[in-house]
Amino acid sequence: MNDGAVARRTNEEALTEARYGALFTEGNALTMGDTKIAVQGLNVFYGKFRAVGDIAINIPDHRITAIIGPSGCGKSTLLRALNRMTDLVPGARTEGRVLLDGKDILAPGVDVVEIRRRIGMVFQRANPFPKSIFDNVAYGPRLYGTRGSQLEEVVERSLRSAALWEEVKDKLRHSALALSGGQQQRVCIARAIAVEPQVILMDEPASALDPIATLRIEELMRQLVSQYTIVVVTHNMQQAARVSDLTGMMMMRPDRTGELIEFGVTAQMFTRPKDKRTEDYITGRFG
Amino acid sequence: MNRGTLSEELGRARAGQRKTVNALMLGLCVVMTLLAVAPLLWILIYVIHKGGSEITWTFFTNLPTPVGIPGGGIVNALVGSAETVGLGLVVSAPVAVLAAFYAASHPDSGLGLALRFATDVLSGVPSIVMGIFAYTLIVLPMRRFSAFSGGIVLGFIMLPTIIRTTEEMLRLVPNSLREGSLALGAAEWRTSLSVLLPAAANGVLTGVMLAIARGAGEAAPMLFTAFGNPFFSTALNQPIATLPLTIYSYAISPYSDWKAKAWGAALVLIMLVLVLNAAARGLVWWRARRLGGQLR
Amino acid sequence: MNRESAPETAHRPPSEGKTLFRAWRHGDLVSDILVRLSSIGVVVLVGSIGYELWTHSAESRLAFGLRFLVTAQWDPALKQVFGALPFIQGTLVTSLVALVIALPMGLGTAIFLAEMAPAWLRQPVGFLVEMLAAVPSVVYGVWGLFAFIPSFVFPLALGLRDSLGFLPVFAGPVFGPSRLAASLVLAIMILPTIAAVSRDVFSAIPQAQREAALALGATHWEMISQVLVPYGLSGFLGAAVLALGRALGETMAVTMVIGNTLDLSPSLLHPGYTMASLIANEFTEATGNLYLSALIEIGLVLFFITLILNFLARLLVWRVSRRAAGEVRV
Repeated sequence: MNDGAVARRTNEEALTEARYGALFTEGNALTMGDTKIAVQGLNVFYGKFRAVGDIAINIPDHRITAIIGPSGCGKSTLLRALNRMTDLVPGARTEGRVLLDGKDILAPGVDVVEIRRRIGMVFQRANPFPKSIFDNVAYGPRLYGTRGSQLEEVVERSLRSAALWEEVKDKLRHSALALSGGQQQRVCIARAIAVEPQVILMDEPASALDPIATLRIEELMRQLVSQYTIVVVTHNMQQAARVSDLTGMMMMRPDRTGELIEFGVTAQMFTRPKDKRTEDYITGRFG
Repeated sequence: MNRGTLSEELGRARAGQRKTVNALMLGLCVVMTLLAVAPLLWILIYVIHKGGSEITWTFFTNLPTPVGIPGGGIVNALVGSAETVGLGLVVSAPVAVLAAFYAASHPDSGLGLALRFATDVLSGVPSIVMGIFAYTLIVLPMRRFSAFSGGIVLGFIMLPTIIRTTEEMLRLVPNSLREGSLALGAAEWRTSLSVLLPAAANGVLTGVMLAIARGAGEAAPMLFTAFGNPFFSTALNQPIATLPLTIYSYAISPYSDWKAKAWGAALVLIMLVLVLNAAARGLVWWRARRLGGQLR
Repeated sequence: MNRESAPETAHRPPSEGKTLFRAWRHGDLVSDILVRLSSIGVVVLVGSIGYELWTHSAESRLAFGLRFLVTAQWDPALKQVFGALPFIQGTLVTSLVALVIALPMGLGTAIFLAEMAPAWLRQPVGFLVEMLAAVPSVVYGVWGLFAFIPSFVFPLALGLRDSLGFLPVFAGPVFGPSRLAASLVLAIMILPTIAAVSRDVFSAIPQAQREAALALGATHWEMISQVLVPYGLSGFLGAAVLALGRALGETMAVTMVIGNTLDLSPSLLHPGYTMASLIANEFTEATGNLYLSALIEIGLVLFFITLILNFLARLLVWRVSRRAAGEVRV
């Protein structure tokens, strides 16, 4: 252990102590709250290839859970399995159980459309529809029959939650594509919020953005967590440390299957990781 | 927990309706596809059924006979089609290939853009208008209908097909292959030729097959260029029979045995065209697979 | 330590073919000239078509001027008055009806091929649709005349006359060859165009759009109809315009099923005439220079219309790829 790593750890300790206060004790992992999503024995196959193997975690409600790891280790696949977006890949197969409030979403006969409403997703690259800002955010609610003044309320509320209302309230009918990258991403977040999900999955939501826009997204995440459960995949460890309550560390096995090697309270993971591989990754020895 | 105005009940009520609409519309798309493909099957079945009985050895070797006399054939039309299409190819294929090379290598130049535009225009010109063009250009000065004018007009019609297919094939050549050959020293152009020529040859072959299929099936422009001929003729400066022209004149005639011959000739034509198209497609697919293997 | 110097292949020139051919040309100047000549030749060809049509229609243009386009008389025998209106009408009516029928069917087929069919089904079905496009016009004509009309169009026409005959568009008497027959055959012939171009348009739409819609809890159809179709709208319009251009110029199939009669009634059940079928029918019978030049002028009109439509179609399809590439315009 070299001096730089020691120094970094001390800073991180201070940071997390300031943030979590009473939570910053090992035994308090349980005070993270009720489990929103319980993943049990999850395996995702693309044809014969097992992309993600034997994942078992409990994602708590109203917390930000981060999944980190080197590229190619299956983080995105794990995330996408949670709202069954993996179904879209031809030849994909999911085994195991993913329990949302105790009900398995991978069970046959489950309404996938409804699941995707309850578990929303924000993507790495902002992908607004080539429609107006209003029509983007209103897209989901419209599907459910929301109209008129009710619709306008929903749109305003969602844009406020996404910290975008003040910036776009006078140009709601303008194209969403005319906005900056960071604003477009917030439109996508507002769009996801508008269908009133319970969980928001974020797949590297700020990786395509500049540092300032990234920070705004991170602030937004901390604001949103009071209403939603958030699971975020990121390759940026500092971001995970700044933003999340729990962190899961994934790595690729020799057969290229991704597995979860450690999962716990963020503060603890970044200061006293249990697994040597986690420690190596965090201190930047590789990856 | 603030759940806002989107009530669960509202969502659930519409859910069933949305599912029904989904199933209905997707089912409709399947129906549309079936309806789209059905005429092809109908035509094939009908042509085979009606024309099958006409297919005899004499059908291919005999000349047309007057009405009521059995044993007529379409050999003059077969030879005529071969001659006109062949002439068209001889005229258009070299020009098309060279032009395609230019288009693929200078896509942004003035001439390249003009060429692309011209190819687009040519492929959109109705074939009957091409026929008028060939009439004014060749038939009028020659003062006669001729196999020559028929061949030329087919050449014009086949031009855009060959250009487009060759150009697409040239652009399919993976960049790694091109860059690799560029990295060599003095013998650059020769090596690059050896890389591009196989790809081009494939494109030319595909284009030629598709062009033959197109040209062999054209009747409209031939109405006043090749004009048709009930007798056997291969002379370039005389009118000549072609398969589509024969089909047309027999089909609209009032004689039932001629109409039967029309079906037989239609069977021959449609088989020729479909086989050529299928083979061309197969060639593209095979080539794409080979290139895909090389990209590893 | 690595001492190798990598070969200079780093920066790829804007069109690597250019460099390639610059090298190639150094080896063979004659080939270069041939290539350029060929390209120029093709461009010149297009110009010549317009030129020839223009000059050989001079007599008719001078005699009738622009009134040619709106005169409803075609009298080669007695008065030698020629007007293109009935044929322009016939062409537009049959082509537009064909488009109205073929557009939803072609789009539905494209949706099936691009968004619904499993991989193993896509190739064979796509192949069948393309084969539909390969069938020669004259074969469509024979089938149309002897199979399609008696078995399908004629009974359909009778039914339309019986149930909707009060509408002038479906007024009797009912004939075998008719504008309806021509429209239906045309619809079958242009459907592959719409399906093929629309399928390409769907392929050009980024996957991210589909994911965004589905992740919001949209059904498959909602994603297709509310996100994909609006996204690719200009492309689908382009497909329609392209198909319309094809329909306008179709000759053999139309001339065999439309009846080739000058009929000015609005009824679809009556026989009619299109510009292309008129030329096919009367060109070799044309006596006198004015007659011939009038027919050539009709060819000129046809040429111009298809030219404009083709240009418009390319423009529309091009817009979709621009949007996919991230242009801002909605």
